[in-house]
Amino acid sequence: MTFRLKPAVLKMAAAAWLLGATSAMAADTTLEFTQWWEPELPAGSLRAIMNDFEAANPGIKVTLVSGPYATTRDQISVGAATGTLSDVVGLDGAWVNNLNAQGALADMNPLMDASKFDKAQVADIIKVDGKAVMFPVASFVYPVFVNLDLAAQAGVTKLPSTRAEFLDAAKKMTHADKNQYGWVLPLSLQSPGGVQNDLMSWVWASGQSMMANGKPDLEGKPVVDMLTFVKSLNDAGTISPGIATKTEQEKVEEFVNNRVGMMIDSLAHVNLIRKRNPNLKFDLIPVPVVDNYTGKRGLPYASWGIGISASSKHQEEAWKLVQYLMSEKVNAKLVSLANAFPGNVNAKPDFVTSDKAFGKAFEIFKTGYLANEFTGLPVAEDLMTQFDVQAQKMLAGEQTPEAAAAAAQKGWMAKF
Amino acid sequence: MTRQKRSHHKLKRAVAPYLYLSPSLIIIGLLMLLPMATVIAYSFQNSAVLRRDPSFAGLKHYQAIFADPVFWASLWHTLYFTCMSVVFHMTIGMVFALMLNSDRINPILRNVLRVLYILPWLFTAVIIAVIWRLLLEPNGVVNSILMQLGIIGSKVEWFSSPQTALHAVTFANIWAGYPLFMVSLLAGLQGIPKDFYEAADIDGAKAYQKLFFITIPQLMPIIISISLLDFIWTMQVFPLIWITTGGGPIYSTEVLSTYTYKLAFSSYNLSQASASAVVILLISLGLTLFYIRYQRAR
Repeated sequence: MTFRLKPAVLKMAAAAWLLGATSAMAADTTLEFTQWWEPELPAGSLRAIMNDFEAANPGIKVTLVSGPYATTRDQISVGAATGTLSDVVGLDGAWVNNLNAQGALADMNPLMDASKFDKAQVADIIKVDGKAVMFPVASFVYPVFVNLDLAAQAGVTKLPSTRAEFLDAAKKMTHADKNQYGWVLPLSLQSPGGVQNDLMSWVWASGQSMMANGKPDLEGKPVVDMLTFVKSLNDAGTISPGIATKTEQEKVEEFVNNRVGMMIDSLAHVNLIRKRNPNLKFDLIPVPVVDNYTGKRGLPYASWGIGISASSKHQEEAWKLVQYLMSEKVNAKLVSLANAFPGNVNAKPDFVTSDKAFGKAFEIFKTGYLANEFTGLPVAEDLMTQFDVQAQKMLAGEQTPEAAAAAAQKGWMAKF
Repeated sequence: MTRQKRSHHKLKRAVAPYLYLSPSLIIIGLLMLLPMATVIAYSFQNSAVLRRDPSFAGLKHYQAIFADPVFWASLWHTLYFTCMSVVFHMTIGMVFALMLNSDRINPILRNVLRVLYILPWLFTAVIIAVIWRLLLEPNGVVNSILMQLGIIGSKVEWFSSPQTALHAVTFANIWAGYPLFMVSLLAGLQGIPKDFYEAADIDGAKAYQKLFFITIPQLMPIIISISLLDFIWTMQVFPLIWITTGGGPIYSTEVLSTYTYKLAFSSYNLSQASASAVVILLISLGLTLFYIRYQRAR
């Protein structure tokens, strides 16, 4: 009897194996998604969005590979070099040029065309060498924060809209004897982001550019004028001391502690500022522009970008995930969780109606355009460091704005 | 015993020590030699790490860093930072060790001082950097005290001024590092036989003569050993400088470690960063060989 049962058992086992194998083959494609967003979002919220995606796309599973920003950056650099980059990757605009040079990022143009994706719905598409390599999913804009109490005490009734008005307001708010200054400028070399957020933002705000024909144009009027303006603020003693080693975190601390009247900062810090000093009264204004400028204002921003690995074997599935995150409703949900502005122009995050400050910032966002020319540039952080050093020299009185711009231009050209 | 058995036995005896050492040798090989060899190899490649097929670059990256004035400034700053740190670590460590070893100080006070003096050693580099950033910021405690005492007329930007930044970070490092000398020298002082001092007293020697003719010569092996080790360690200090100044303002506190870090993680030039790391390795290796020779000579 045992003898007779054996072939039957074997047949059943083989059938079960075959069934299992074929169903496994037909079923799940697992996408790996590396990003630094999950630790910065409320616990479990990104996973919940992925679960919704999996439910909407049967047969596709998403594995989140999450870590802090710096770790993710290193992981992506190594993954790009070794060809082990995850299918979908969270990107910072400053990385994309290098990753593209390594051939690590897929061109999303063919994927967009194949799926008839409406390009008009996205706020921006980052292109390098004609290849669409990144979408900003969520944007953290940088308006000017004004301490309303200090402004009122200084007799500043109209918040500045032009550079001249800003200089005037900064002078009025400065009382060095009381450790109180009009503006704060963080130019630490440890983290040279101050160059894009606190210096170049003045250029972009007026619809100007630091580039010309795809090359640096630092000796052009916009950048030299910006440096001259910043020098005039420094010469007037309106900038809080310690510029050369000040970090963004210290900038926020000084604002929170009523030591500076105005700062350019990320909207992402609104809740932090309220938590650190619940009594602080502040308002948000766009970065002031050059006199008589009436055009659209460029709004400096940092973003959570997204791209697809060129070595991914599941690019179609990966594109589905990118499309999903860029869709109106999902994008609104994600940016609401992150307190950021949407990558989909039709998405409206819920906090803009429930919070006055965010509502005002959203208006600034809607009337302007996102501007960050460092996105997509080669070794963006190195370019910022070089510019930072020249700006420091200028502020230390070692060179003129023109000389600073010329020296930075020379350094940048070597990198291009 | 046959000849074959004898030779087999001989072989076993010869191999046995290496088998005992093999776990350590494997760990050293994997954790030390392999990474070092990899970095050396990267320094001779174009686009190391970033390309799957890096080409051979010869000495190009070494030539590039030697042609960079910032590298030479970094080397000079490293030497200044290291030499000043070692000299002051030694001097302060010696003074405090003598104080803690002196019978003239009340034992209770001595124990309190012992705890206080060793405190800087208990802090990590990041904590030390944050403490000194807060103390030396333009609106910080140090400026406030100095202004009240009339020593300075206006706020000094200790870390933000190119004139003072290197001295300020060196000062912070001196503060952080003297306890190593203090503890080592205190142990050495307690090992000097009392007879020497009694004989010197009988001969009518003065305090400074006892210091220069008994104490310091007796401590010399410790002083040289610790100085060499301190020199090697201080040369590689990174977090303190990175957190306080980031190598600025205007490269005024750029040292070899921050210079290498920026090449690697700001410029993504991992080949040049490897070349710079190899230069640091060679300098450290020279000092280490000097240290080993000194230890052997003893």
